[in-house]
Parts: sequence; structure tokens; C-alpha cells
Amino acid sequence: MTDAPVLQTYDLTMRFGGVVAVDHVDFALKEGELRCLIGPNGAGKSTFFKCLTGQLRPTEGRITVRDHDITGAQSHEIARLGIGIKTQVPNVFDGLTARENIWLAARRGRSARAADALTDETLERLLLTSVAATPVGQLAHGQRQWVELGVVLAREPWLILLDEPAAGMTHEEVERTAALIKEINRTATLIVVEHDMQFIKMIADVVTVFHQGAILVEDNVANVMRNPKVRDVYLGKQAA
Amino acid sequence: MRLDADNIGLIVAAVGGLALLFGLPLVVELFTLLQFTVYIVMAILALSLALIWGFGGILCFGQAVFFGLGAYAYTIAVFNIGESTVPVLLSIVVPAAFAAALGYFMFYGRLSDVYMGVVTLVVTLIFFSFMNHTAGEEYRIGASRLGGFNGIPAIPPINMPGDPGRVLWPEEMYYVAMGSLTAIYIGLRLLLRSHFGRVIVAIRENETRAELLGYDVRLHKLLIFSIGGAIAGLAGCLFANWNAFVDPTVFGLGQTAQIIIWVIVGGLGTLIGPVIGAMLLQYITTWLGTVEVANSSLVMGAILVVFVLLVPRGLVPTLQLLWQKLRGGRSDPGIVATPREAVESGDD
Ligand SMILES: Nc1ncnc2c1ncn2[C@@H]1O[C@H](COP(=O)(O)OP(=O)(O)OP(=O)(O)O)[C@@H](O)[C@H]1O
Ligand SMILES: [Mg+2]
Repeated sequence: MTDAPVLQTYDLTMRFGGVVAVDHVDFALKEGELRCLIGPNGAGKSTFFKCLTGQLRPTEGRITVRDHDITGAQSHEIARLGIGIKTQVPNVFDGLTARENIWLAARRGRSARAADALTDETLERLLLTSVAATPVGQLAHGQRQWVELGVVLAREPWLILLDEPAAGMTHEEVERTAALIKEINRTATLIVVEHDMQFIKMIADVVTVFHQGAILVEDNVANVMRNPKVRDVYLGKQAA
Repeated sequence: MRLDADNIGLIVAAVGGLALLFGLPLVVELFTLLQFTVYIVMAILALSLALIWGFGGILCFGQAVFFGLGAYAYTIAVFNIGESTVPVLLSIVVPAAFAAALGYFMFYGRLSDVYMGVVTLVVTLIFFSFMNHTAGEEYRIGASRLGGFNGIPAIPPINMPGDPGRVLWPEEMYYVAMGSLTAIYIGLRLLLRSHFGRVIVAIRENETRAELLGYDVRLHKLLIFSIGGAIAGLAGCLFANWNAFVDPTVFGLGQTAQIIIWVIVGGLGTLIGPVIGAMLLQYITTWLGTVEVANSSLVMGAILVVFVLLVPRGLVPTLQLLWQKLRGGRSDPGIVATPREAVESGDD
């Protein structure tokens, strides 16, 4: 493992009319990290992810991935570099079965035989084998989230972005998701956006706090929790 | 080959297609066979829209453009060349190329669904009114006049490849049409099972996810749209042959509306549904023409309204559901295309 960042943004800015959703962000991520990204509603976390994955073209600034400049590249080009994302609003193929969802991810860049094997493996890993033949639109919310996780994993990306992976899950499901994320982190670099502080404590190492589109604090989890600025931001949100 | 539902369906289609291909000429008179030929041609046209709309999720109000281009490309080329092999190929290549150009503009320009409908409709109207204005002597391509609203009569029929003297009999045209329909149907079934076809369906279900998995959505849509254009073009070529006459109504709104009605009545998201829809409604149209009890456009409109209100899924999917209920079986089997129920939900 080298210390050179695998993902870096320079002055990254995303404006929607008058709203500055991402405001001159300089961000760096090292290989093998499990970075948590927190911040109140509307802080710009999801918009930041959309810029990284080419779903939005940043207004200003640059993004590099292992020395490639990917600013303004198409989503599928960025995905092909080995970057996967679970979006905040689930993006799955609702009319297709869980197996078909995962197969479509596994098959890209792989032979049919390898894709079939990887699909079975992924279904088992996420405990989805029993619902493999069910259309994803008919699954419970938690299972649907896992299908999307499976879809992301079946591409075997080396960099994974997860936008609120535990949202709306039961306590047990949250714990399983945390364990899964740690396991994924053995082979992949991750950025995880989450609001649930219990969840963050389970997985976090370094935490980046977003506020009004900019990085407010970046420190280890214990320091961030103690930081008065972070408290203010969250309390301010609660008061509002 | 495993004997799952999909493979059984394929075998049934192949056997059924071949049975009709060789059986029908034995049992019906020539006149009926000729009527049947045009139903088959329209079924091929219906398949082209069934593919791009039902599976590709692209609502195209301009399928008649590719049909008309196929008909005119064959006609103009055959008057110029004489031998029909190249004209037949052109009737497929020209509409496919035009679909690719139009598709490039629509998909790479990231046009939304509504604008795509508007653009394809406008293109249809442009072709229709342009062709209507080409009656003058000055509008000609080589040896062929364009004919404007008068159309082009006496189109030479397809000949045996390489032998311009030996043209196909009407009965042989039936074999060509039915053979084409069977081959295209089976070809599309296989295409939809392939990796490419499964990605096409995935794109219909969720473009963003397909893109985030590394699939080039624009390119996939362009390709499926062009394949649809090619199939509609072949239908146009066969129609020009059957009719021995072509005029701008092939580009007309009536033609475009008909194709959409066939697909809706037969069932969006299936291939066999639109084939049945086209044949059935064409049969009804012909029959209404003979008995002269009601205006056929009126009846078509009424049928559409009844289906949209009472059988919105269309004939085949509704029958499939009933069959599953009767067997007390489970719901939708796997990859079978469930048409997009609602417009995609907005992003966060
Ligand atoms: N497409 C858009 N058009 C206009 N404004 C947008 C758009 N997307 C996001 N915004 C605005 O940008 C800001 C950041 O939104 P974003 O969704 O990135 O926040 P977030 O940190 O992910 O919040 P949450 O925790 O609620 O998911 C918000 O003010 C939001 O209203
Ligand atoms: Mg968000």
C-alpha cells in the first residue's frame, strides 16, 4: 500500500443556480481506507458522490483517480475504472429478479461462465439465495438494499461509494451491514455516507464532516464526536 | 439446451412458424393466401416496434418512417438496378442508417421521453408532406420518379437472386414473408436472451443503474433503435412488393397510429402479442371493408379505447396472467419483461 491518494478532488464545486451544493472541496482518499462521510441534511454528500461518479458534471474543479483525470467523464467510463456506487435512492432493476440484477453486474467484462459463478457466490454472500427468483420490486426494503449492495459488489470494484447503506434497516440488518462493510474493506477502498451515529461508531476510522457543501472537520471518529463545531452543526439542524 | 419455459416457447414458435409456412398454402385459396401475406408483413412491422418500445423502452411515434423508407428505397433502387437483390438489402440498410442518425441525435443529445415522442412524430410528418410534394417531373432519382401524392405504380417484384428474368410468384412471396417473420421472431427471441438483449431490458428498467454498472446506455439504445429500423424497413420492402404500388400514405399518421395500436392491443413487453395484434386487427379491417357496416378507423379507435381502459396490459400478457392464476402458480417468472408500470421515479 502506498500513501499516494487513489482519489482526489481539487476545488470541486457544484452549483445549482444559486445553490452551492459542493463548495471548493479538496478531498483525498488513500488506498484501503474506510472513510465515513457525515453531515446534516443538504450538506452536499450525495451531490459530492454524483460528481465523483459522473452523474453530475462539476461546475468547477478537478477529480483524479489514480492519476487519471475523470472530471466530466461519462458514468459508464468511470464505472469501468472499477468504481461502484450504491445510491441514496435505490437504483435497481425493479422488474427483474434479484439474480438477474446481480448477473447483469457480474457479466460486464466477464465470460458467461465466470458471471454465473460470481452471481451465485454474491447471492449467497448476501443471503439472497432464497429470493433469487423474486422480482426486486416485490422485495422488502432491507432486502432491496442488499440487492443493490450485491449489484455493486458483483462488479468487484476496488473503490466503493455507499450512500446511506443502512437507511431504513432494522437493528439486526444494520449490524449485518456493518460487518459486511468491514469485510468488503479488506479488499476494497470505501467511502460511506451515513446519518446513524451508532453505525458510524461500528465501522469508522477517519470521518469527514460536510457542512453547507464544504469540509468542516476531518479527523478520527472520537475527535469528531467531541468536536464542538460538529455538535453545533448537528444541534443547529435539530433546532431548525 | 435446457427445456425451460423459454426454450419450449422457442420450439413452439419454430414449429408453429414452419407449420404455417408450409401448411397454409395447402389448405387455403390463392386469394386468401395473398390476404395473409399482407397480415404477415404488418406483423413484421409490429415486431419492430414491439422490440424498441416493449423491450428497449423507447416510445417511437415514427416507426412508419422506417417502413416508408424501406418501401421507397426498394422501389427506387429496383427501377434503377433491375435485379432485386441489392434493392432488398438497401430497403434494410437505408432505414437502419436513418434510424442510427436520428437515434444519435436523440440518445446522445439525452432527449427526454416526451421530446423523443415529439421528435419522432414530427419526422413522420416531414416525410409525409415532403413525399407528397414530389409529384413534379424534376423529382427523380435516376430512372425512378418519386411520384408525389400519385405514388409509384408497377413496382417490379423480387426476383430469384441473380436471375432478373425469374420473378417470384405471389405464392412464393407468401413463403418469403412467412419465412422472414419466423426468422425475425426467433432471431429476436435469441437476441433478447443474449447479454446484449438482457442489458437492453435492464436499461428499460433503470438507465442510471445500467450506466453505473459500466454499460454505455446511449450506444445500446442506438443499436436497438437501428435494429428496429432495419426490421421495419424490410416490412416496407415486402409491402411494396405485395402492393406493387407505393405512395406517401406509408409515412402517414394513420400508419404510425396503427402500429402503436397493434402493439398495445397485443401486449407491450412481449413479441408474440404484437404479431397477433397486427394480424387480428388487419383481419378485422379487411373484413369491415368487405361488409361495409362501419368505418374501419372508427372501429380501430374504439378497440384502442376499450383495450386501454379494460385490458391495459394487452391480450397476451392478460392471458398469461389468467393462465398462471388458473394453475394457482406464482407471479411473474423471472426475466419476462414486465412493462414499465409508471414513469421512472425521480432521482434524489
Ligand atoms: N438536482 C438538483 N437541483 C437543484 N438543487 C439540488 C439538486 N440536487 C441537490 N440539490 C441541493 O443541493 C444541496 C445538497 O444536496 P445533497 O442531496 O447533496 O445533500 P445530502 O448531504 O446528500 O443530504 P441528505 O443527508 O439529506 O441526503 C441541497 O440544498 C439540495 O437541495
Ligand atoms: Mg444524500
